[in-house]
Amino acid sequence: KQQSNTQKPKTKRSKRFLESRAPKLTENVKTAMIMKGGNTSQTVTQALKDIYSLKKPNAVLYKKKNITRPFEDSTSLEFFSKKSDCSLFLFGSHNKKRPNNLIFGRLFDFHVLDMIELGIEKYVSLSEIKTSKCPEGTKPMLVFAGEAFDVDNDLKRLKSLLLDFFRGPTVPAVRLAGLEHILHFTALDGKIYMRSYRCLLKKSGCRTPRIELEEIGPSFDFVMRRTHLASDDLYKLAHRQPKALKPKKKKNISHDAFGTKFGRVHMQKQDLSKLQTRKMKGLRKRKGGVDSTEDEAAAAPKQVKVES
Amino acid sequence: MAACSVEQLLAKAEAEEAEKLNSITVKKELDLEFDIGNLLAFDKNRVEVAVFRQQKKDEFLLALARDNTQLLINEIWKQPTERVEEAIVAKLPDPVTPLPREKPPPKAKPPTKWEQFAKLKGIQKKKKTNLVWDETAKEWRRRWGYKRVNDGTKEWLIEVPETADPNEDQFAKRVKAKKERVAKNEFNRLKNIARAQKGKAPGLGLTPKAQQSKDELARAVSVAKSSTASVGRFQDRLPKEKPPKNTGKKRKFEPLIGNFSNEKQKQLELLQVMDSKKPKMDITKAVNKQMREEDREEAAAKYKKGAGKRGRKGNMPGKGKGKGGKGKGGKGRAGGGGGKGRAGGGGGGGKKRSKPGKK
Repeated sequence: KQQSNTQKPKTKRSKRFLESRAPKLTENVKTAMIMKGGNTSQTVTQALKDIYSLKKPNAVLYKKKNITRPFEDSTSLEFFSKKSDCSLFLFGSHNKKRPNNLIFGRLFDFHVLDMIELGIEKYVSLSEIKTSKCPEGTKPMLVFAGEAFDVDNDLKRLKSLLLDFFRGPTVPAVRLAGLEHILHFTALDGKIYMRSYRCLLKKSGCRTPRIELEEIGPSFDFVMRRTHLASDDLYKLAHRQPKALKPKKKKNISHDAFGTKFGRVHMQKQDLSKLQTRKMKGLRKRKGGVDSTEDEAAAAPKQVKVES
Repeated sequence: MAACSVEQLLAKAEAEEAEKLNSITVKKELDLEFDIGNLLAFDKNRVEVAVFRQQKKDEFLLALARDNTQLLINEIWKQPTERVEEAIVAKLPDPVTPLPREKPPPKAKPPTKWEQFAKLKGIQKKKKTNLVWDETAKEWRRRWGYKRVNDGTKEWLIEVPETADPNEDQFAKRVKAKKERVAKNEFNRLKNIARAQKGKAPGLGLTPKAQQSKDELARAVSVAKSSTASVGRFQDRLPKEKPPKNTGKKRKFEPLIGNFSNEKQKQLELLQVMDSKKPKMDITKAVNKQMREEDREEAAAKYKKGAGKRGRKGNMPGKGKGKGGKGKGGKGRAGGGGGKGRAGGGGGGGKKRSKPGKK
């Protein structure tokens, strides 16, 4: 920390470190901290490890147990997030009342924004499914299925939270052959099913390949327990983008239905009699000029009559 | 004949196309919503729960996922592609879904004293090279830092200028001058920071402005008055100044977790009152009601005679009774309400009671 800016960083390395943690226009990838609560079961520890491997390298897995209850007191979480500069967290715990509990959450400005508690009903770990896995750090494709994700408020936030958690860095372009990993979330029957597949691009007759999926795991059957969602104005505040990021609208450009580009050109007032136009030799005024033009004019309509 | 075969060819070609597309088309009731920047697809179609429960869950989910992924891949393949070092790459658009930020957007820093001056004079920053040619050493040396070009500290010979005292230590003088420059630089840096932080405005009317409105001034005065150790209670007032309107005892609440025995007592009393079947008679209310009835009768009688004012005067003893009733009456709230109501009624039409202090 800079101690209110009175101390300058003494090395380039520390300066870079502080700059990476400072608020910026376009932010870094969100990192997640994965931690255990006072008591954890085998399922929960394995689940945390699996999600850590999904989220690598943008995640830190803490080994020690932290005896805190996020829904009651979030100061410990906020302290950890300040120290490790993480804005997402995953807290796993297990007790009799809430067995195999995972709390997904995110922070804004090192204060808790949203927290959603999911209970693991069925879990198949990465090691149990014996297939070859995707390399670490591949950007996954995300699919959410089920109209419940649009209807229920809690599920809407959960969708946004899961998207934030699993999406990885924002890239301008993606290698088509590297689209291997897909995470599929289904909201059905009061539960949320999370499955992770590896996608094989098979030849189809045309350019777009045919997809075949192979489950690589982990696979979770979640049930939603408690939630702590941010108030509307805090949520809106967290979404505020700086003005510099908004794309600048170019004025004076409009498009019509066909896609033709239109613009206005503003000119000064012109004296039309002194305009420089193309000179047609035949139309130039001659010495016996007026009569000949009249004759021509008289001759012309006659000709026109004949032709029609 | 030729026409037949042409038709046949066309039909065949169409059938082939359809077959090819068959493998990648997926039929869905509602189109999916795509956010290609995030590689995200959202399927809003209803899934029949009955169908889901019948089949094996994993297989059903696999089939659903395959369909959705196929649609997403179709959408991604529609993006413009380019070739980057022997790999085909699809350019992604910007992500569409609004997601919350990590930290609030950065605030603009106010310019430092030098930056203000440079802007005023139109001085541009000139980028300097890191290395400078050193003639004496015949090599490239840094402009500043380790083994720099004009290192004053490394000089072993300093000429004593004519105007200087011959006994003065020139080396020490140099060292002292450098220390002073460093200290001055640091001081200016801290002043810049202090100036940047002072940008927080203290509030309307409190900073001296050219034109201040009446209420801004009033606000400034009230803020200044209450910024004493006793929060303005013992401040002298100007002869014609009105007392501040908003003072008064704030409503005091019991602390949440404090006196357990007190709380217990209160709760038990409340339960007792709720339990007792007989209706709690509010003596004050009853008395006041009775008095009002009497007054009305009196007033009606007097009105017939034609002296309304005397009716009002007759209420005065009632006022005293009401106040006495307060002491006797049930819980404080009900009694107070009754007493107030009575007093209001007794006052009659016009006279307004001043409200008790704001909470």
